[in-house]
Amino acid sequence: MNATAPSTATILASVPADGALAGVRWALARDLKLAVRSRAELGVQLLFYVIVVTLFPLATTPERNLLSTMGPGVLWVAALLASLLSLPRLFATDHADGTLEQIALSPYALEALVSGKIAAHWLTTGLPVVLLAPMLGLQYYMDGESLTVLAAGLLIGTPILSLLGAIGAALTLGLKGGGGLLALLILPLYVPVLIFGAGAVDAVRAGLGATANLSLLGAGLALAVVGAPFAAAAAVRIALD
Amino acid sequence: MPFNWFKLSSPASFYPVAGTLIPWFAWGAAILAAIGLWLGFGVAPTDFQQGEVYRIIFIHVPSAWLSMFLYVVMAFWGVLALGFGTRLSGMMAQAIAPTGALMTFIALWTGALWGRPTWGTYWAWDARMTSELILLFLYLGIIALRQAIGDPRRADRACAVLSIVGVVNIPIIYFSVKWWNTLHQGASVKLTGSSMETTMLAGMLVMSFAFWFYSIAVVLARLRAIVLERERDAAWVGALPDVRGNAGVLR
Amino acid sequence: MLEAQNLAARRGFAELFKDVGFRVKSGDALVVTGPNGTGKTTMLRMLAGLSAPTAGEIRWNGRRVEPFSAELRAVVAYAGHLPALKDELTAEENLVSLVELSGTSAPRADIDRALDAVALSHRRSLPSRVLSAGQRRRIGLARLLVSRRPLWILDEPVTALDAAGAALLARLVHDHLDRGGIVVAATHQSLGLQPSRVQSLVLGETVPA
Repeated sequence: MNATAPSTATILASVPADGALAGVRWALARDLKLAVRSRAELGVQLLFYVIVVTLFPLATTPERNLLSTMGPGVLWVAALLASLLSLPRLFATDHADGTLEQIALSPYALEALVSGKIAAHWLTTGLPVVLLAPMLGLQYYMDGESLTVLAAGLLIGTPILSLLGAIGAALTLGLKGGGGLLALLILPLYVPVLIFGAGAVDAVRAGLGATANLSLLGAGLALAVVGAPFAAAAAVRIALD
Repeated sequence: MPFNWFKLSSPASFYPVAGTLIPWFAWGAAILAAIGLWLGFGVAPTDFQQGEVYRIIFIHVPSAWLSMFLYVVMAFWGVLALGFGTRLSGMMAQAIAPTGALMTFIALWTGALWGRPTWGTYWAWDARMTSELILLFLYLGIIALRQAIGDPRRADRACAVLSIVGVVNIPIIYFSVKWWNTLHQGASVKLTGSSMETTMLAGMLVMSFAFWFYSIAVVLARLRAIVLERERDAAWVGALPDVRGNAGVLR
Repeated sequence: MLEAQNLAARRGFAELFKDVGFRVKSGDALVVTGPNGTGKTTMLRMLAGLSAPTAGEIRWNGRRVEPFSAELRAVVAYAGHLPALKDELTAEENLVSLVELSGTSAPRADIDRALDAVALSHRRSLPSRVLSAGQRRRIGLARLLVSRRPLWILDEPVTALDAAGAALLARLVHDHLDRGGIVVAATHQSLGLQPSRVQSLVLGETVPA
C-alpha cells in the first residue's frame, strides 16, 4: 500500500475516542438545524395536536365531569397520533436525498447517529406537546394536580413514543401505504405507554398517587433508550440493503 | 450415525421432510380433536355456575395458548433469520404468522361468544381479552409488513425485527393492561369456575395438543407452498414431479 | 487493495450477475460498464458495504468485509446517484456536515480550499435548493477532496457535470490514484486515465474471477 495514502489506522485514529457521543452530537445538531429551517412543518404538527384535542368535546359533550374524566385519555391519544404523524419524516427525507446512505456508511456507530436523530425528533415534536398539553387540559376542566401529573407522564412517555416510533419508521422506509402501515405496526407497542401515562392521572385523582405509574413509565423509557436505537439501526440497514 | 441437522436448513432438503411430516400431524390433530371434543362435550360435567356454555373454553383456551406460543416460535425463527440469514428460517416465520393470527382470532371470537351469555356482553375490557386483541394487531402488522415489502430477503429481516420487538412487548402489554384493568375495577373474567374438574382439564390439554398438531400440519403445508414460490427458479423445483407436468403454468 | 470473488447479486427474483471477481491494487481504478439494469449500482453498493452480495466475498487488504463493517466504513467514500445534500443547508454547511459525518475534522482552511477547487466559493452561502444539479455534484467532489478516504466508489459521477466539471473530476481521480488511492466507478465516459492503471469490468457478460 502506497505510503502516502491515508491508511486505515490513521483514518480510525482521526475519529475521536468518544466516537459514539460525537455521532449523537452530529445527528442532533444537524436535525435541529434542519428543523429550525423548516419551522412551518413543525407548526403544522402542533396545530394538528391542538385540533384533535379540540375536536373531542365537540363530538362528545361539553359537560364538565365527563370532559374531566376523558381529558387525560384524549390528551394522551392525541399525543400518540401527533407522534405518528411526524414519524415518517424521521428517515424518509434523508432516504430520499441519499443522506441516509451516507449516515449508514459513516464511521460513527449507526446506533449513535440514530439516537441523535430520535433526540432531535423528540425535541421538535414531543417536547412541544409536553408544554402545550397542560394548557389544553384546561379545556377539559382538569385541575392543577392532574395537569402536573399529565405533563410529567408526557415528559417521560413522549421520548418512548419517539424511540419506538423510530423502529417503525425505519422498518417502513420507502414502502407504499407508509403512514397507515406505520400506525398498524407501532400502535400495539404504544399501548403500555398510553395506559401508564393516562393511568397516572387517574391514579392521582383516585388518591392512589402517581408514583407507581410514572416509575413504570420511567422503566419503559430506560428499556427503550437502551434497546430502540439498536432495533432502529438494524431496521435502517435492512431497508438500505 | 449422528443426524446432521444443518442439512435440513436448506429449503430444498427440508421440503420433502415437511411433506412426510404433514400427514402424521394432520391425523394426529384429527384424532386428538376427536378425543378432546368427546371429553369436553361428552364427558365433562355441566358447570355449576355457567351451565353448558362454558364448554366453549375447550376451544377458547387452546386457541389462546397457541396464539401466544406461535408468536414466540415465530419470533424465534426471526432471530435465526437475522442471525444466520438462512432463507428457511425466514420462510418458517412467514408460514407461522397467518396461523397465529387465526388462533388469535378464534380466541377472541370464542371469547366473545362465551361472554354474551355469561356476563351479558360480547366484549369486556379485561386484561387477557385486551392483550389478545393487541396480539392480533401485532400479527396483522407483521403480515401487512411482509405484504408491503417486495424483496423476500428484506421482508424476512424486517418482519424478524418487528416480531422480536413485539415479543419483548407481549409481557409488557399484558402487564400494563392488567394494571389498567385492576385500577378500573372492570369486569373481571374468570376463565374457570372455582376449581378445575379433572375431566375439564384433561379435555383442555388434549384439545391444546390437537390445536398444536393442527398448527404444525398447516404451517408445514404453507411452508411448502412458500418454498415453491420463493425457490421457483431453482433446478430442484423444476424437477419435482408435480411441477414438471405443469412447467408452463408456474412461470 | 480491493478484491472480490464469486460475487453474485439478486434483486427479488431476478439474478443480476454471478461469478464476478476482480483485484484492484492501490493506485488503480476499476471502471464498471454495462447496459442499464445489469446491476452496476447494485455492485457498487455492495463494494461500499450497503448491501450484502447473494454469494461471494469482498476483501479489503486481505481481510473479508461484511456489509456495514467498521473497517469498510472507515475507508470508503461512496457517491451514489443522489448527491446527499440537504436543501435547507448552504453549500458550505452541506460540505462541512458531510465531512464531519465521515469522521474527519473540517478546518476552515480545508473547506475554503476545497470550495475553491470545485469553483463554488462564490456560491458557498446559498441554500442548496437554488444550486444547479452540476453544482450539487461539485459539492460531492469537494467532499471527496476533504475527507481523504482511500477507497472511492462513484456511481455515474459524470452525471450533470459540464465539461469543466468533468475535467475537474478526472483531475481529482487522477490525483487520488497518484496518492495511492483506489477508485471504482460506474461510468460510460472516459476519465482520461492511463490504460495501465485501469481495469475494466463489463457486466452483462461473465468475467472470470
